[in-house]
Amino acid sequence: MAEAALPELAAVPWRGRVDARYLQRRGWLWTLQTVAFVVPFTLAGIALIALEPLALPVALASFAHGWVIPELHAFRGSNTIRPPRGPRNEKAEPVAQGFLGDLLGHDARDLQRETGLAMERGALGVWLLGEAGAVLVANGGRRVHCFCVGTAERDLPPSDRVAHLLLALRTDEAGLATVANHAFSGAPWRLRRRIRKEQRPALNAAVKAAR
Amino acid sequence: MSKLIRMDHTGHSTLAEWTEDNPEACQAAIREFRRQLDEGCIGMVSDGPGKATQVRELPLDADLVILRRPIAGG
Repeated sequence: MAEAALPELAAVPWRGRVDARYLQRRGWLWTLQTVAFVVPFTLAGIALIALEPLALPVALASFAHGWVIPELHAFRGSNTIRPPRGPRNEKAEPVAQGFLGDLLGHDARDLQRETGLAMERGALGVWLLGEAGAVLVANGGRRVHCFCVGTAERDLPPSDRVAHLLLALRTDEAGLATVANHAFSGAPWRLRRRIRKEQRPALNAAVKAAR
Repeated sequence: MSKLIRMDHTGHSTLAEWTEDNPEACQAAIREFRRQLDEGCIGMVSDGPGKATQVRELPLDADLVILRRPIAGG
């Protein structure tokens, strides 16, 4: 007997099934939130300088707030594909990476070995799968969505963690996006600045593939 | 030869091997598959590039059946 939906959906019955429209709405809300931080703090800084030039330090603090808060949001997004801290099962990693490599195509296998991220095309866009999260570059390549999701098994080697997400994605893409916790959405350049240097080629490739 | 494997702390472990013309091996594989499902594993069959199917009964005609653990939002 075969099933099309992820069984993990039973753990989150209150969530509506994610689709492209839902993600678009989430994206707009994130943009609105970013504007709501940047514009008031910037205007307040400008107004302070206009009213009293001696208030420049306070104005600079206001500008900094408008810059730091969206940066923190992007940093939170980058954390979804950052390898988890703590001890890792590196001993079994060669076996796990060989298995993951068998599941991936040739190009995706090379990219995963270089960056630690597995690239997979889905209906919603192009996915980058990490050990404890995933990034979806939406179709068109102009927006990313970052998700926290993974297996709770602590002793799995890193590539097995990625393989878990890959198999779940291939079974039910919308289900994976529903089970996962949405952590950030924004332009790819905002995420690129915050992810590890070795992960950037994977994001570049995903954006290119999503266009 | 078909294989039932589980992703675990060793990378992966082979839990059963069978051929369709060997009923004893098939029954042993089915028993092991059910035992793993009872322990919370999820059975998967990779259907080639970009496709996988979740299975609740062991497909004896599949070359490779993979057992994974559940995932959840972090």
